[in-house]
Amino acid sequence: MIGLSHYLLVSAALFGLGLFGLLTKRNLIAVLMSIELMLNSVNINLVAFSRYTAADASAGQVFSLFIIAVAAAEVAVGLALAYAIYRGRGTVSVDEIDWLKW
Amino acid sequence: MGDGLMHTLAFYFLAGITLAAATGVVFKRNLVHSAFLLSVTFLGVAGLYMTLEAEFLAAVQALVYSGAVAVLVVIGVMLTQRDDMSKSNPPNKMVVAGASAALAIVGVLVWAVVATPWKTGRGAVVSVADIGRRFLTDFAPPFEAVALLLLAAVIGAVVLFKGGKVQS
Amino acid sequence: MWAEFSLTHAWLIPLLPASAFVLISFFLLSSPWLASRLAIVAMGSSFLLALGAAAAVLTQGITVEAPFVMKTVWFSMPGLSVDMGVLVDPIAATLLFVVTLITLLVLIYSTGYMAGDPGYCRFFAFISLFAASMLGLVIATNFLQMFVFWELVGLCSYLLIGFYFFKVSAREAGKKAFMTTRIGDFGLLLGILLLQITFRTLDFAELAVKVPAYVAENGAASLTFIAILIFIGPVAKSGQFPLHVWLPDAMEGPTPVSALIHAATMVVAGVYLIARSFAIFSVLPGALTVIAWLGVFTALFAAFIALTQREIKRILAFSTISQLGFMMLALGVGSLTSSMFHLMTHAFFKALLFLGAGSVLHALHDQADIFQMGGLRKSMPATCLMMGTAVLAIAGIPPFAGFFSKDEILVAAAHVSTPIYLLASLAAFMTAFYMARLFILTFLGKPNPHNHPHESGLSMLVPMGVLAVLSVVGGIIPFAMGFGEWVRFGPAHHAGIDWAVAGASTVISLLGFALAWYIYGGGHTRSNDLTIKTGALYTWSFNKCYVDEIYQWFNRTFVGGLARLSFWIDIHALGAVVDNAWRGTGAAGSEMRRLQTGQMQQYAAVMLSATVVLVILLAALTGSLVKGGQI
Repeated sequence: MIGLSHYLLVSAALFGLGLFGLLTKRNLIAVLMSIELMLNSVNINLVAFSRYTAADASAGQVFSLFIIAVAAAEVAVGLALAYAIYRGRGTVSVDEIDWLKW
Repeated sequence: MGDGLMHTLAFYFLAGITLAAATGVVFKRNLVHSAFLLSVTFLGVAGLYMTLEAEFLAAVQALVYSGAVAVLVVIGVMLTQRDDMSKSNPPNKMVVAGASAALAIVGVLVWAVVATPWKTGRGAVVSVADIGRRFLTDFAPPFEAVALLLLAAVIGAVVLFKGGKVQS
Repeated sequence: MWAEFSLTHAWLIPLLPASAFVLISFFLLSSPWLASRLAIVAMGSSFLLALGAAAAVLTQGITVEAPFVMKTVWFSMPGLSVDMGVLVDPIAATLLFVVTLITLLVLIYSTGYMAGDPGYCRFFAFISLFAASMLGLVIATNFLQMFVFWELVGLCSYLLIGFYFFKVSAREAGKKAFMTTRIGDFGLLLGILLLQITFRTLDFAELAVKVPAYVAENGAASLTFIAILIFIGPVAKSGQFPLHVWLPDAMEGPTPVSALIHAATMVVAGVYLIARSFAIFSVLPGALTVIAWLGVFTALFAAFIALTQREIKRILAFSTISQLGFMMLALGVGSLTSSMFHLMTHAFFKALLFLGAGSVLHALHDQADIFQMGGLRKSMPATCLMMGTAVLAIAGIPPFAGFFSKDEILVAAAHVSTPIYLLASLAAFMTAFYMARLFILTFLGKPNPHNHPHESGLSMLVPMGVLAVLSVVGGIIPFAMGFGEWVRFGPAHHAGIDWAVAGASTVISLLGFALAWYIYGGGHTRSNDLTIKTGALYTWSFNKCYVDEIYQWFNRTFVGGLARLSFWIDIHALGAVVDNAWRGTGAAGSEMRRLQTGQMQQYAAVMLSATVVLVILLAALTGSLVKGGQI
């Protein structure tokens, strides 16, 4: 009943939500959270494929584990950056963090 | 989990939770609310992994994402808090453009999913031992690399938090 | 034995002065005594080798048809193989003798003339380099080797004319010489290239066989064009009209330079080139006609100008141009013998004339106007005697050297073309006239009280003396010993004297002397009256027929105009292209810069849109959009 496409659609929706958040949130932390949503959607994709196709099964899950590790590291560093910016400039509003411009 | 009514119900329930929580993360104006809903999303995804018979992955997801990443996000919120938390997560000027872009992408993805005749089958059952073995044999180099990455991330985060200046 | 050695080691003849040049330039620039002695020793050794080579030619019976050749491959590529080597035959032996002897005498003379000059060592170095180049030119076996040394000789001329480089006039004269001869070199090079294309060889000996065969088959028309091109080189180098303009200005150089290069050696390089490749020219009657008429015209033209010049060296310069015209004329009427003979005798008496002029200039502290001189026979008796000898020689009075050589030329001309003979005789008359004019005004009459002359030292007088002796006997001895049997092209001339022509030419020369005595002997009144009476003719002659002024006008108008046009195009046309390029780039950059807003989400949006577009493109291109996708 529930097939591969169902999971893929859930993953697509999740990805879209994350993308929307990335593009429209003003707070830097919120943008990071949206990135995490996108990463999770990718993970769902991978695991669904590993379950529903006859190809190398454990590879999909191993890949997902790697992504989880990388995402964790990224969140750590990203939040450290946000804090550093906040300490230096007093703001975490993405609109105001635009010093690398012409 | 097998095919069957329980599977279908479980899937729809968990998918609903996940997507609802994700919507909340993205649309709510209170940053703390977003953070907590993020945690819920992660748990929802963990549940989806369970339905996909990836138990170990579900456990890791719950532990790492929901247990560590979400906590980190909350800490971040706390450290960079502004005065009025209820308005701390507003949208910006690009809402329309962003929405259309996101819808466009989703549209392409949906079309790809729907239009493709997937050849589905039953993958092998994956056990923790399998994963472990893969980590230490085929994927040993990336495994080590990730270890290095985590070390670098730890050092980087510490340095950034401290302020980056060498104090004598 | 010495003869045999000299012949096989003839390559030493240019090498010794070249080594002297290198040694002086690198090591001896601050030791004048050593530098001059080294140069003289090197040149003396070359002279001895040249004598040996000449002896070898005479004893071994080497002829123009069967020269002694020693060569090695210089470079070889498909379609072109060029050798480098030594070619010795009677013509080359004559030149070797003349060049080494005159250079040696000039070097000895210069130790006196150039004493005290700050550029003394540089002078000896350059003279050595020049001698090496000229000698290399003489023994060249093919056109390319000769061309290399031709250019080198031109370079040395430039260096030596501009020797007093602190004077603007000297610098300009050096540039003028180099550029004028460059025009000639261009023609020569084109001719050489065309020869190579037509015959696949540049070797003189090979061409001597191939060219007559080619002309016998195909006729002379196309080759005549090539021959004229080659002739343009000698036109410039040997001062024929219209490329003679550099020679009078070349007098800016020190007088020994004028004696050596612009009288006896370098300027005859052109004549030598034609003589060396006479096998080519002799079968092209059209080319020979051009050479003959241009030669006689040059002889007359230069003599006409020399009639009114006042500076002593300038008179001699135009005299050189005129005599070179005679040598070309001789080649043009087909007489290689008389041309080479005149080359040799002219070297003797013209070098003597220049050295004598140098002696006079040295004594009068560079007062060059002959109308300011006078009566120098009392204070400079040796110089006067020797200059008188040279004047008699150049006028062709028997039994002096010039008589035999000029007589031969006139005889050859008379056999071929009466108009040329008459014009050449007219030029000979003018030669006698202006040389007598020079001698009378300089040495005879009353001394000018402003001048305090003294006779020159032995270092200057002895070389002049040697040349004076040669001016006396340097005609009759080769004539009697059969010069014409060795230095010839084709069958030998009869060694007799055509008394009709000889008598006529002597009478003409004596008439020239008489006229000069009438006008200039005993004061300047008659000459001043004549200047006024001849009016326009005098002005034309005095201003060198305005040839220089015409060239200047041409330069300003056309070359200058072209330069201005090119400048305008460079700034405005090409410049516009370049300017628009950089302005456009700048403008594009300024606009593109606006993309860098610093807004992270905007960057993300742009990247996203790009990715979507790419995906759709890829899908469309691979046909997935149409077929509904296959995995």
